[in-house]
Amino acid sequence: MKIKTFSIGGIHPDENKLTHEVPTQSAPLPTQAIFPLSQHIGAPAKPVVKKGDFVKVGTLIAEAGGFVSAPIYSSVSGIVLKIDTAIDATGYRKPAIFINVEGDEWEPSIDRTEKLELVKDHPELTPEEIVNRIKLGGVTGMGGAGFPTFIKLCPPPKAKAECVIINAVECEPYITADYRLMMEHSDEILVGLELLMKAAKVTRGYIGIEINKPAAIKLLKQKCNEVFCNSDYKVEVVPLQQRYPQGGEKQLVDAVIGRQVPAPPAIPVNVGAIVQNVGTAYAVYEAVMKHKPLIERYTTVTGKKLSKPANYLVRIGTPMLQLIDLCGGMPEDDNKVLAGGPMMGKALTSTEVPICKGTNAVTILSGDEARRRTPAPCIRCAKCVSACPMGLEPYLLAKLSAFKEWERAERNDIVSCIECGSCQFTCPAHRPLLDNIRLGKSTVMGIIKSRQIK
Amino acid sequence: MKQLIVSLSPHAHGNDSVERNMYGVIIALIPALLVSFVYFGIGSIVVCLSSVIACVFFEWFIAKYVMGRQTCSILDGSAALTGLLLGMNLPSNLPIWIVIIGALFAIGVAKMTFGGLGNNIFNPALVGRCVLLVAFPAQMTSWPQPGQLWQYTDAVTGATPLSIMKQAIQTGDAAVLDQLPDAFHLLLGNHSIGGGAGTIGEICGLALLLGLAFMLWRRIITWHIPVSIIATVFLFSTVMHIINPIYADPTTVILSGGLLLGAIFMATDYVTSPMTARGQLVYGVCIGLLTIVIRNWGSYPEGMSFAILIMNAFTPLINNYMKPKRFGEEIKK
Repeated sequence: MKIKTFSIGGIHPDENKLTHEVPTQSAPLPTQAIFPLSQHIGAPAKPVVKKGDFVKVGTLIAEAGGFVSAPIYSSVSGIVLKIDTAIDATGYRKPAIFINVEGDEWEPSIDRTEKLELVKDHPELTPEEIVNRIKLGGVTGMGGAGFPTFIKLCPPPKAKAECVIINAVECEPYITADYRLMMEHSDEILVGLELLMKAAKVTRGYIGIEINKPAAIKLLKQKCNEVFCNSDYKVEVVPLQQRYPQGGEKQLVDAVIGRQVPAPPAIPVNVGAIVQNVGTAYAVYEAVMKHKPLIERYTTVTGKKLSKPANYLVRIGTPMLQLIDLCGGMPEDDNKVLAGGPMMGKALTSTEVPICKGTNAVTILSGDEARRRTPAPCIRCAKCVSACPMGLEPYLLAKLSAFKEWERAERNDIVSCIECGSCQFTCPAHRPLLDNIRLGKSTVMGIIKSRQIK
Repeated sequence: MKQLIVSLSPHAHGNDSVERNMYGVIIALIPALLVSFVYFGIGSIVVCLSSVIACVFFEWFIAKYVMGRQTCSILDGSAALTGLLLGMNLPSNLPIWIVIIGALFAIGVAKMTFGGLGNNIFNPALVGRCVLLVAFPAQMTSWPQPGQLWQYTDAVTGATPLSIMKQAIQTGDAAVLDQLPDAFHLLLGNHSIGGGAGTIGEICGLALLLGLAFMLWRRIITWHIPVSIIATVFLFSTVMHIINPIYADPTTVILSGGLLLGAIFMATDYVTSPMTARGQLVYGVCIGLLTIVIRNWGSYPEGMSFAILIMNAFTPLINNYMKPKRFGEEIKK
């Protein structure tokens, strides 16, 4: 049988999954935790604590700041030190809550037992109740972008959800957090998927996994057969070819159910699919069944020069430097520290940046890998065009952006760019294609927005 | 603490480079080059070598002293490749000074006046060849018979397969075509029998196809341009052969003259060919049609170089209209 994948473009970066077989450990508590108020797409959260307040693990410290927003809960117990600004992964100083850690006292409402709760034992869980608990739990997309999860479960009036697709692709090099989560918590993930399907009122579910994770495919297939054999839900584990950016929402929908999401503003649910990261499914399980808000996550700390790369279960708010020290400290070299993987991760200006809800990895590139090479003139080899998974012409968009030809950039669909970086990865001339395209994309999006207001 | 390096994503690179591609094409040309040494001897070595040296020299000289550039681009292999391709498109008995004029037009006029690598509209090697063809028609159309290893400008010349085909069309006598070597000899190189002369690079179809296989394997080029050219030529010349047998059979048409050299190495030049798969197919089909039109009804026996140069001029237009299929353009059901 032909192994499925998405239909246009794509690249094949070196995997470098150094931590594939390293079991997850719990990272020690930080001495101070930092909670940026913008850990998700949408309005920043609004603080509900003040200096000197005592908080427990699971205490609400900031409420949702609008409809597209998510509340933030403390992941530690201790005293609120201040509400100030802190450098986050974007490199800017943004408002954040600082908490000095004292002990480890949890809110009593959180169920800390290991017992697996099943959906059939909880008749009180109506779709509305599930969505509500996800919303209250502050669950956001765990794969990186951080879109509030409950919104995806309430599709716009004209769209109708037909299936839930679990994104377990993990196509970024180096990162293994999702893989470890699947190997260690497959039961909880499947309950999470069932909750998501129930909330979205669909009966079809898919789990897309790349074939470089055969153990996870085997395990989840077996569990799916056990769990869903006599139920109304039909869940299928879909092995996918190894190809970047398969973890992109649109590419995943194309790969798994063979439907292409049209150009923005269309979203996957317009073709009937709701895509959720495998980490999100786990977070949904914990939020709904264990009343445990999103306060910790699986994160891979990795890099070729690190002496002990590893996977950690980390409290959100832990400064990255602490995790790097656990892995043997910063390598003696010129380093680049990424929140995320090498394809889409953000380079940090400081290692004091905390782990946020969407931080799936801390990747350290050292030496030559950390530096960009000098760009040469474009030789028009067209490799960027064949690599682009959106069917765009990166060489042209980069040029139009550099020359500020916004109208032509818009006509050439610059807003469809998903910023996956495949073009720049492929470019033999090492041109900074995506730098220019990003600039052009945000300008053109601004122009479109202002036109709509008029 | 040491400062961290900061840049925008992506932070990984596929390790492809301009050099890898340029030297890759040069490696792909090696089989054809070796075959030409065997068939044309000292002449092919002198012409190719002087062409490469002249092209690299002109690139360096113009970049440094005319354009005043600080960085020198001669190591990227593009000038050497232009030189090699120019040499392979010339007869092996061409005097060095004419080769040097060709190199000056290729690098100086066709490439550097437009701003150097990546900015030229026309394929530099073909511009060099066509300028020589117009300026030195006598020297450029005297083709040494293969097998004369130690003769250079004094080599005995002979008929090329293309001139035999032209003669058949002009006289309207299909019997003239019997002088052509058979397809097997054209594929392997045809030094032992008459009618096998030609430019340095076009003498052995098999060596060129080996080069194509290498470039496809290394993903230096895609199949679109060579396949569309060869398929178009095959179909068009089949039709012509059926209508009137004074036009040679399609296999001979494909294996003779610069068609394979052009389709595999000249038309696939990155800078002057279209950027999308659709555009490359249009470009290839047009080159194939133009080649046969010029070969059959033009005044020159060979039409490949002109066809490619004409389509080079259309490349920006093709890029403008032949867009790739956008993701989600057609909603699959």
